[in-house]
Amino acid sequence: MKPMPSAANAPYRLPPPLFSLRCRACWFTLALVLLVVASFWSLDLQWSQFLSLAALQSMGRFVGEFFPPDTSVAFLSKVAVATWETLAMSALGTLLATAAGLLLALPASRLHASDAARARTPARLVLNALRAVPELVWAGLLIIAAGLGPFAGTLALAVHTTGVLGRLFAEAMENAAPGPAAALRAQGVAGGRVFLYATLPQIVPQLLSYTLYRWENNIRAAAVLGVVGAGGLGQLLAFHMGLFHMGKTATILGAMLLLVAAVDALSYGARRLLTR
Amino acid sequence: MAAASGIALQAPQRDPAWLGRVFWCGAALVLLWPLAVATEFRPWLLFDERSLQVSGQFLRSFWPPAHDADFLMMVLRESWRTVAIATAGLSLALLIAVPATLVSTRVLSLSALSGRMAGGPFWLRQAVRWALIVLRSVPELVWALVFVRVVGLGPTAGVLAIALTYGGMLGKVYGEILESGEAHATETLLRNGASRLQAFCYGLLPQNAAELTSYTVYRWECAIRSSVVLGFVGAGGLGQQLDGSMKLFNGGEVLSMLLVFVLLVALADRISAGLRRSLG
Repeated sequence: MKPMPSAANAPYRLPPPLFSLRCRACWFTLALVLLVVASFWSLDLQWSQFLSLAALQSMGRFVGEFFPPDTSVAFLSKVAVATWETLAMSALGTLLATAAGLLLALPASRLHASDAARARTPARLVLNALRAVPELVWAGLLIIAAGLGPFAGTLALAVHTTGVLGRLFAEAMENAAPGPAAALRAQGVAGGRVFLYATLPQIVPQLLSYTLYRWENNIRAAAVLGVVGAGGLGQLLAFHMGLFHMGKTATILGAMLLLVAAVDALSYGARRLLTR
Repeated sequence: MAAASGIALQAPQRDPAWLGRVFWCGAALVLLWPLAVATEFRPWLLFDERSLQVSGQFLRSFWPPAHDADFLMMVLRESWRTVAIATAGLSLALLIAVPATLVSTRVLSLSALSGRMAGGPFWLRQAVRWALIVLRSVPELVWALVFVRVVGLGPTAGVLAIALTYGGMLGKVYGEILESGEAHATETLLRNGASRLQAFCYGLLPQNAAELTSYTVYRWECAIRSSVVLGFVGAGGLGQQLDGSMKLFNGGEVLSMLLVFVLLVALADRISAGLRRSLG
């Protein structure tokens, strides 16, 4: 075999050209720039109005009106009640969604290899549809049936979260180790019991962590659902902002910030504690 | 003796764990009761005659979905505006996030090279981080509500709301990505007299570019979702039209717009998943 001829030094190569027709990244960047330019160009953004001196002054006045926030005891207790309402909405919504998600996840998963799982496709379609529509849109739709107030918000959270959790639960069920279930099935145990005694105990920790994660998200969502009239802090915010009660608005915004920050800190702490 | 062991081996006549089960069911009810009261949880209201009539009428009006040419053109225009709001908002968010990341990344600190970071830079970094946390903690819907007050109805409020919230989110996550990677190359550059910007461009960025781009694309997808929601407070796009049709109980239009929205989100999801896969 002839040895490969090799240069003493690596041959000098030119850097690749900046643009060539075969360079995918170049086309991608070009498309991106076009998209951004087209976006700014097609939206009639009122920068002049927003950045003019008069607008800045009105913005300053607007921010100034936030101070001092309303800290009278009567109003603070109202905010506390709304905060509790927000928490209750998120908790009950998540709980309902866990039950409904588990019920829908069963038909949406193929539990063992010879499972025909005829309902899998339609059930997944339902879950995807529930998941695709955001909570706020659900709230807008459900207000028509359930009336203004936290009940509609709770249902909206439950419906959207059912879609999310149902899909996650179905994935968890399909990914559970098949051994224990197969052993029970070989003994002639019926399907329901196989699920309760073999599959469910395996996936409970996963279901719990998904549920807690969604609860955290739902607290954040519940805080703003009210702007369409579905209860909680958001409804109070929309109400007082609509009436230009800026001091009260500032208090509610503060409460929202505190709530979100507390949830963030708690979940961060819990995750640190659990993964240590 | 034999009789006693026979009894012990017999299956228990009743559930041995009944006390615990009864207790936990009772406890769950006691815990759930205040939640149900606070959320005015009255499901039977849904099946009240008047409510059934109203929602039945609304549901019947869903079919057929609105599909005349004028309406479809409007939906197409508003869908583009939704995407444009998300894209413009995210570009402005990058204007906030990139400088904030450059300022707040620990790895780019010169004084931290020799042990502890000096007081001034430390507090500057901390202040930028806190500012990002505040930007991110206010939900974008609330920013939109505030900006609708200042600049009036229309896409400007939506773009600004997305820019502020996503600026905070991107800034925080960019910082985390940059700090979780290997810092050796960057440190070496800094120690040999490279400026911080040079160290960033030649050490930190090449290492993390794929992950940063992938997260940005993912956020763009999220921004499309939230720009629809922002329309509900009057920030333009598909959401605003959807809100209008819902208030007029025009079920056909609501259904068409929901379908278009779901398709739009699915499309964005596809594009973003494809891009992220090609980034590796």
